[in-house]
Amino acid sequence: MGAVEKPRTGVAAPSAWEYASAPESREIVAFEKRYGLFIGGDHVSPRSRSWFTTLSPSTEEPLAEVAQGGPKDVALAVDAAREAFRTWSRRKPSERAKVLFRIARVLQERARELAVAESLDGGKPIKESRDVDLPLAAAHFFYYAGWADKLEYAFPGRRPRPLGVAAQIVPWNFPLLMLSWKIAPALACGNTVVLKPAETTPLTALLFADVCRQAEVPPGVVNVVTGDGATGAHLVRERGIDKVAFTGSTEVGKAIQRELAGRDVSLTLELGGKAANVVFEDCALDQAVEGIVNGIYFNQGHVCCAGSRLLVQESIHDQLVRKLKRRMATLRVGDPLDKNTDVGAINSSAQLERISELVQSGVDEGAELYQPPCRLPEKGWWFAPAVFTNVAQSHRIAREEIFGPVLSVLTFRTPDEAVEKANNTMYGLSAGVWTEKGSRILWMADRLRSGVVWGNTFNRFDPSSPFGGYKESGFGREGGRHGLEAYLRFE
Amino acid sequence: MSQTLALPRALELPGGGRLPRLGAVDAVALEGRAADLAKRSIKRESKLFALELAIRMIDLTTLEGADTPGKVRALSVKAIRPDPGDAAVPPVAAVCVYPTLVGVARRTVAGSGVKVASVATAFPSGQSAREVKLADVRSAVEAGADEVDMVIDRGAFLSGRIAQVYDEIVAVKEACGDAHLKVILETGELGTYDAVRRASLVAIAGGADFIKTSTGKVSPAATLPVTLCMLEVIRDVHDETGLVVGMKPAGGIRTAKQAIQYLCLLHETLGVDWLTPDRFRLGASSLLNDLLLQLRKQRTGIYRSPDEFTVD
Repeated sequence: MGAVEKPRTGVAAPSAWEYASAPESREIVAFEKRYGLFIGGDHVSPRSRSWFTTLSPSTEEPLAEVAQGGPKDVALAVDAAREAFRTWSRRKPSERAKVLFRIARVLQERARELAVAESLDGGKPIKESRDVDLPLAAAHFFYYAGWADKLEYAFPGRRPRPLGVAAQIVPWNFPLLMLSWKIAPALACGNTVVLKPAETTPLTALLFADVCRQAEVPPGVVNVVTGDGATGAHLVRERGIDKVAFTGSTEVGKAIQRELAGRDVSLTLELGGKAANVVFEDCALDQAVEGIVNGIYFNQGHVCCAGSRLLVQESIHDQLVRKLKRRMATLRVGDPLDKNTDVGAINSSAQLERISELVQSGVDEGAELYQPPCRLPEKGWWFAPAVFTNVAQSHRIAREEIFGPVLSVLTFRTPDEAVEKANNTMYGLSAGVWTEKGSRILWMADRLRSGVVWGNTFNRFDPSSPFGGYKESGFGREGGRHGLEAYLRFE
Repeated sequence: MSQTLALPRALELPGGGRLPRLGAVDAVALEGRAADLAKRSIKRESKLFALELAIRMIDLTTLEGADTPGKVRALSVKAIRPDPGDAAVPPVAAVCVYPTLVGVARRTVAGSGVKVASVATAFPSGQSAREVKLADVRSAVEAGADEVDMVIDRGAFLSGRIAQVYDEIVAVKEACGDAHLKVILETGELGTYDAVRRASLVAIAGGADFIKTSTGKVSPAATLPVTLCMLEVIRDVHDETGLVVGMKPAGGIRTAKQAIQYLCLLHETLGVDWLTPDRFRLGASSLLNDLLLQLRKQRTGIYRSPDEFTVD
């Protein structure tokens, strides 16, 4: 084996190959200076007369001013939605389908613009907004457009009817995709919508309002009220709503449920998670490493179903961790608009603080932290991908949702122990199983208390597949035929 | 580490140490990863670097029944100085020819640093008696080949006679003497990535200096996922034993864009240590002219006519 000793060509390997920056052009997006609320098909100034600035988390540069919706604004939006419901709900289902198809097409046509906007406002890498968020958002509209005139077949003999006005509150991790998950089934079933986007990422929702206009969505069918948590609270308190769909933290989810107690408002909650990614010794190791990386570092770990707990069979622990750390060192952290960026900016300073605090607790409690060396930009909010080894079930980093690029590695010895540890959490949104043994995947899926179980993959989504949680991860399902049920009543 | 033997009997690697576990390959995830890496956007100076490196890594190949001394001479001259209009363009790594033409190539590239590689062992099918294959190897080496590209016996491999495949590689390695051995798996005939992984381990255990995807005579030839699969074996072997094995995708790599995708795959799997012709080759023929064209474009900002580059 001579190659080790003598260079045969006389040319040594280089010391590094730096990729030159390859930024996606931001010229394609022109944000307005100031955005009003989108109510009844028009952009209107907020009655609250108050505005806030939305920043780019990667540069802290102000992108636009956005209206802070107050109680009156929320009431106006709900009124507009209620008014529109009278005609929209009676519209021929195939006509509703046409509108949804048009939205999907416009999303595809404007995909590049929306992807750049999403990365600017939210900090996620352009390759993810371009290859995941936008294609999936369009796919959800295409998918639910297909159901609009087939509801009787989806629920034979149950006479499905729309609920009315749906108040939808979406998070900042997948702004456009989450609003698509919510708006597409709502409209397909004949409901109208008041959408409250997250405070830190309102811009793509406002661009989506323009998409609605372009797609000739009738005025009032989709309304967008921007603002902070208070705006969301006003919306939930509003008497004219028939449905609340919320994706976000467990804490806020519980508050919403308390608020709705005793009211005739149906509710679906998609809350936090602390998913276990269970890796058996017979798995395809290199591919499992990819799945682990995708499970926790995708979208900076700002994913409710992120695989934040790695449960690895003890016999392969050392080898797997070695492979994982080496792979982490190749992750490219930086400018979200660079096409080669793998991990972008943390969404807000508040979130960065929370991540830092939990990571510190991990160090204090005695877990071993590793972060690959990487140059982080000076401005903006950043956190290098992190992995903790020597983690105990009792550590905070193994129990609490970090919602950042932080992985906790635990070990198990037998399949039974893997199930026990995986289920030993207040959450139950998702789980992953890595093994070459098909029967074991099914055995595990039977026993894991989580809404989604991925086999030899992770963070894979499809509009036809229902998504939702057990326990404190919420209830109700989004996606698939199940996703329709959340927006229907049955006579 | 849990050790599932890749081979029917316990085998020591030539450099000592044990084989890594046979392991498994998940096709969906492997292809996903390869597709992700193919999306790397390589611009400006990093592209110049890649284009130049890719040229230095080429095994400039002609393997036709119609090959003649004249054809091989022309190719060898091109190998030494790929771009007659630009002396700064480096020579390629090697010319790759049939055994009967090794002598011609040897004389033409003498003193240039360009290596001569020869296919052998009843290339491309490998369906001949062991003695014939070994004689084939010896004749190539005696004619002056620096490198021998052998094919594994796929018939034996697919019917489960792994030991036979292994023994043959060991025998060929011995017949090579000082010549470097590249072992062609012909991945397009192996059917699964698991088989590719197993064959890679057998080849490395048998003494391969390089493992190579394809003969170029079977479709599919080199693909990004199959190359990634083999690079992961090389990485595992290096982790376990410190042994350095080279990689050569061959067949179907025709454009500079593809070559850069392979380099990204290599870079992000094995790191910069493998960014050298000592450890990575691209088996190709028409690729070179596209690299020259793109290199000129990158340096001058202008696409030149393809006629400015020689067709050999």
